[in-house]
Amino acid sequence: MLGLIGKKLGMTQVFDADGRLIPVTVIKIEDNVVIENRTVEKNGYNACVLGSIDKKKSQTTKPYAGQFKDVCDPKKTLVEIRDFGQETAVGDVLGVDMFKDVLFVDVVGTSKGKGFQGGVKRHGFAGGRATHGSKFHRGIGGTAMSAYPARTFKGTRMPGRMGTDRVTVQNLRVVKIDEELKVLLVKGAVPGPAQGVVIVRKAKKK
Amino acid sequence: MDVFRAIESEQIKDSMDHFKAGDTVKVHFTIKEGDKERVQVYEGLVIAFKNSGLRTTFTVRKNSYGVGVERIFPLHSPRIEKIEVVRRGRVRRAKLYYIRSKVGKAAKVPELIVRKG
Repeated sequence: MLGLIGKKLGMTQVFDADGRLIPVTVIKIEDNVVIENRTVEKNGYNACVLGSIDKKKSQTTKPYAGQFKDVCDPKKTLVEIRDFGQETAVGDVLGVDMFKDVLFVDVVGTSKGKGFQGGVKRHGFAGGRATHGSKFHRGIGGTAMSAYPARTFKGTRMPGRMGTDRVTVQNLRVVKIDEELKVLLVKGAVPGPAQGVVIVRKAKKK
Repeated sequence: MDVFRAIESEQIKDSMDHFKAGDTVKVHFTIKEGDKERVQVYEGLVIAFKNSGLRTTFTVRKNSYGVGVERIFPLHSPRIEKIEVVRRGRVRRAKLYYIRSKVGKAAKVPELIVRKG
């Protein structure tokens, strides 16, 4: 599956051919360098390891920098993309133009952190009445049954840390590709904050 | 932010700043009906501009058979063919929302008289 590392810059709107304003997310795709090719013989599966986004030399450790040996300067993000679907050689530099003929993409990102949240926000529980004598507002209610099983099952949905999950948004239409600015415009929202790292892949289901 | 400006500047139409709030304009707007395209003219008083780069819009108010009608147009929309200024108005504020609550003569905007020289 074709894929590249990008950076979410933010959202804006552009007009399409019919004159409709379309909400788009701007994803910057800096040079992606092929760091390594994984093969069935050597690793048991096919994959392409990409690196992107420059990293300060003072912030790299020797073991980390070792992965980039002979290829390029150490990069901030290293991503393995399985079954790349395109012949790549170590050291190749890939850019936005790879998505030239792609109509739809999937975007993987890390969602914004929401902190410690209750069941209503985190899991969509309905909550209770606010007034009319109600004493049950935004609680989670019961978590178990009765004498049997006399315990709360593991994985029961409860309050807790929300966000910063890996989220994939599928089938986003590619609105525009700008090779000069190295950006990709994709219709709709993409997980994560602005400046967050995302992986843009060719849509799996289209 | 430069990237956003670069993306938007491609679609921003120049010379769209020839009118402002208080002016009476004719907006030539193309509409698609099935596979046919035609131009519709909407005439009215510009009561507001909302400036936001490519997303800039302006509101045109008119009185249609006794009913006030307001239409918001995206200034840089490719569907706007042209905007004709019918009459310049003399106004002292940027948003003319007060017009909504006025009837008859009070809802009129005096014409702008430009002194020569």
